[in-house]
Amino acid sequence: MTACSQDRNALAAYLDGGLAADQARSLEAHLRGCPECAAEVAAQVKLRRAMKPAATRFAPSAEFRRKVQGQISSKRNMGFRWMWPATVAALAVMVLAVVWTRQSVARNGAFREVADLHVSDMASANPYDVVSSDRHTVKPWFQGKIPFAFNLPEFAGSEFTLLGARLVYLHQQAAAQLVVGAGKHRISVMVVQDNAGFGMGLPFAGGVSVRDSFNVETWEKNGLRFYVIGDAEQGTIHRLAQALQGVNG
Amino acid sequence: MDRLFFEQLAMPLFDQLYNHACWLTGDRADAEDLVQETYAKALKGFGSFAEGTNLRAWMFRILRNAFLNSRSGLKQKTSYLEDEETGADEAVTHDVTPEALLLATESQEMVFSALEKLPVAHREIILLCDVDEMSYREIAEVLDVPPGTVMSRLARARRNLRAALGAKEAVR
Repeated sequence: MTACSQDRNALAAYLDGGLAADQARSLEAHLRGCPECAAEVAAQVKLRRAMKPAATRFAPSAEFRRKVQGQISSKRNMGFRWMWPATVAALAVMVLAVVWTRQSVARNGAFREVADLHVSDMASANPYDVVSSDRHTVKPWFQGKIPFAFNLPEFAGSEFTLLGARLVYLHQQAAAQLVVGAGKHRISVMVVQDNAGFGMGLPFAGGVSVRDSFNVETWEKNGLRFYVIGDAEQGTIHRLAQALQGVNG
Repeated sequence: MDRLFFEQLAMPLFDQLYNHACWLTGDRADAEDLVQETYAKALKGFGSFAEGTNLRAWMFRILRNAFLNSRSGLKQKTSYLEDEETGADEAVTHDVTPEALLLATESQEMVFSALEKLPVAHREIILLCDVDEMSYREIAEVLDVPPGTVMSRLARARRNLRAALGAKEAVR
């Protein structure tokens, strides 16, 4: 039997982080002077630690994950059996949903790459090489990494926020990807040299087109090709495109 | 687009939900049914899910309701009723000293098997708190009970687990 009158439930609540700050402080003070309660806390901590492996005791099979993933992602993927590892499958299914229409493989090739990059970036836990909302940080970061330069508009005070950027490969070339937030949406801007003329076959001449539920706008200017892609509404995509065109005239 | 958004938010919870379902049901096939049902229901109800609220608690709650309505869950429902009635064993479990508890936790298997043998209402709340590391508020959301109930049930569950570990220790 414990001689100390300290409520054991309060000790547990303390370990759970369930005590108010002042209660926690006075309990801590008590613990320093009471070996009995200190031993009790030590035992409870050890029990909790022994319980942690319970978090990973049962792991779902890759097959089951694919099954559920297939059910919740767009219906159009249903017929496909992907033999990728589970993590890659997650990505592949999303990309597949985006690039389904393939009457013209060549035409969609360019778009697919862009969408692929966008989706993989959205799915990544670590999406940026450089995290900054400041265009004066992001632009110089690309120096020496890409064989061209481009300008960024001032986002402060606009509906857009610069979230970060990363170096990507698009059409077999180093390209810049910027991620711009608009409300809850994230929009990717891809900039790459257009020396191969791959824009020729693109299905979108001007303005925003809808490609499998993504809105995308693309244009070529002074040898650079720009893509703006995301799930934000068409007007938003277009305004971002205009802002970029404004500073890269 | 909603589907993609849902997928991005909900799939990272997959392992956690599956593990929890296994602990609840004690059976992998039952757990798979539960998880599948949970994702189907969550996708359907995603439109009504308010952005900014806790998706994890919301999905755990759907999983739990699915479990309670499943065959294996119905059998266990009595454990929730019993939970409120017991408490008389308090004096006994206080005999389990910190030293005895320390010894008992030496064995991973012992801790797991004690956890497995707890009534589901107690196993569930201990898992949510210690394993999934949810706050009292989050647990209250999952269990759909007031936070005060979370604290009292958790206290009973811990006593119960401790008694189970202490008893094992005594036998050994």
